Amino acid sequence: MGASPAPTTISAPRFTVPNIPRILVYVVSLLPAAWLFYLAFTDQIGADPVAQLEWGLGLWALRFLIATLCITPLRQLCKINLLRYRRAFGLVAFYYVLLHLSVWVVLDRGVDLHAALLDILRRPYITIGVAAFVLLVPLAVTSNNWSIREMGGKAWAKLHKLSYPAAALGALHFIMIKKVWLVEPVVYAAIVLILLGFRVVWPMIGGKKPKRRQAAMMP
Amino acid sequence: MLIRHAPDLTEAYVTPRETYLNRRRFLIGSAGVAIGAAMMPRFADATPLTGAKSQYSTTDKLTSLADITSYNNYYEFGTDKADPVAYADKLTLSPWTIRVDGLVNKPATFGLEDFVKPYAIEERIYRHRCVEAWSMVIPWLGFPLAGVIKRADPQGSAKYVAFETLVRPSEMPGQAAYFPALTWPYVEGLRLDEAMNPLALLATGLYGETLLGQNGAPIRLVVPWKYGFKSIKSIVRISLVEKQPATSWNQENSQEYGFYSNVNPEVDHPRWSQATERVIGAGLLAGRKPTLMFNGYADQVASLYSGMDLKANY
Repeated sequence: MGASPAPTTISAPRFTVPNIPRILVYVVSLLPAAWLFYLAFTDQIGADPVAQLEWGLGLWALRFLIATLCITPLRQLCKINLLRYRRAFGLVAFYYVLLHLSVWVVLDRGVDLHAALLDILRRPYITIGVAAFVLLVPLAVTSNNWSIREMGGKAWAKLHKLSYPAAALGALHFIMIKKVWLVEPVVYAAIVLILLGFRVVWPMIGGKKPKRRQAAMMP
Repeated sequence: MLIRHAPDLTEAYVTPRETYLNRRRFLIGSAGVAIGAAMMPRFADATPLTGAKSQYSTTDKLTSLADITSYNNYYEFGTDKADPVAYADKLTLSPWTIRVDGLVNKPATFGLEDFVKPYAIEERIYRHRCVEAWSMVIPWLGFPLAGVIKRADPQGSAKYVAFETLVRPSEMPGQAAYFPALTWPYVEGLRLDEAMNPLALLATGLYGETLLGQNGAPIRLVVPWKYGFKSIKSIVRISLVEKQPATSWNQENSQEYGFYSNVNPEVDHPRWSQATERVIGAGLLAGRKPTLMFNGYADQVASLYSGMDLKANY
């Protein structure tokens, strides 16, 4: 028997989000990946298909990481409770990172693991991208009710704070890829910075934490 | 190591003009095919141009006209690869003047027609290697830069050639951007002996027609043994100078982009390897191809750098 799960009461939401079946959330969230692969395999994605596919998958990974980071501020600032979907967003983000990394290893580096390893060691932006992936692995592995029960809500919540450095590294990785400072990666980095900054600033200005439900068990 | 390639050209490798004209007619004729429709006005900008075959042409498979004219780095029009094709058709190409000045005995300002008139147009099928580790094969039309320099009659003190791109923010949205990616004008440079090398080309066309805006119309440099950004586009000024001139990417980030920027698989970009390249048009599953020293032009240009440390002079 593991530690008892965290209390599940939360402050009454001001705005009730209709319950969307979670399987639908997964399906819809993975549609961009299906679309990108379809475009790539039918030669419609652009002149440099491997680069375009990597770019698209990486961008969606970052978007879903940002989505998971939005859940808490939305609850605390706007009283919108999307906690029910956080696990789905997090796992989808991980799937996108996994696809992004796989395309790089298989299609870009041609399964030359030696070359890939050298790149990971030598190229800071790749090192950083892979580090973000490594941080996400334990989160993906423990994104289930059984893990929350086994670990206890507190330890689980602590572990899942790894999503903060993962998102920061992901945003940094995006900035470092291009030859110059581009608006788009900088905007994404700013969003991540604001969302992480919120977690520092909110308690400092006396913002109320909702009743503890850091580990969201899924019914 | 001897890298042979230049004299292997056969007629069979050059797409006959009829074939690609037919393809264009097909594209333009395909009403509802968005890309065809989008390309129509730009094709109207180009006029036919032909050139004699050259011994310097490669026999590598040509990149498609569609890829060459739609996948471009030309930051004056924006930083996205699709920006140049979207905006460059608004660039006014005529009238166009080019100033040749600096340490020359015959400085002059030319209208484009007068500038190109003395030279015979050649077709040069060159490999093009971008510093971003992708490559194309492009059938340029143009004439050697050497002729222009000879005509200007350089003085003995001239050691370098500096180039400058047009500045016209009203027609170049990247130059009007709130956060410009580079400082304008875009500037480039070559050592005088590099500029006099027969491979150094001033291109005015490709694939049998005059250049489109996104490819650097109306006239651009092509130095195929160097990374693509050295091949400065839409040139308005060529100056002979004594000291090594400033170059745009070197000013942007001197650690990553040197003055020489010769294609070199052994000297990596600090952020990625230059040992291999993705061939544009080869498809999703083609993998990478090894990059050649001096982009395969070592026979013609390696002697320019004998005794130089190419790691230090990247």
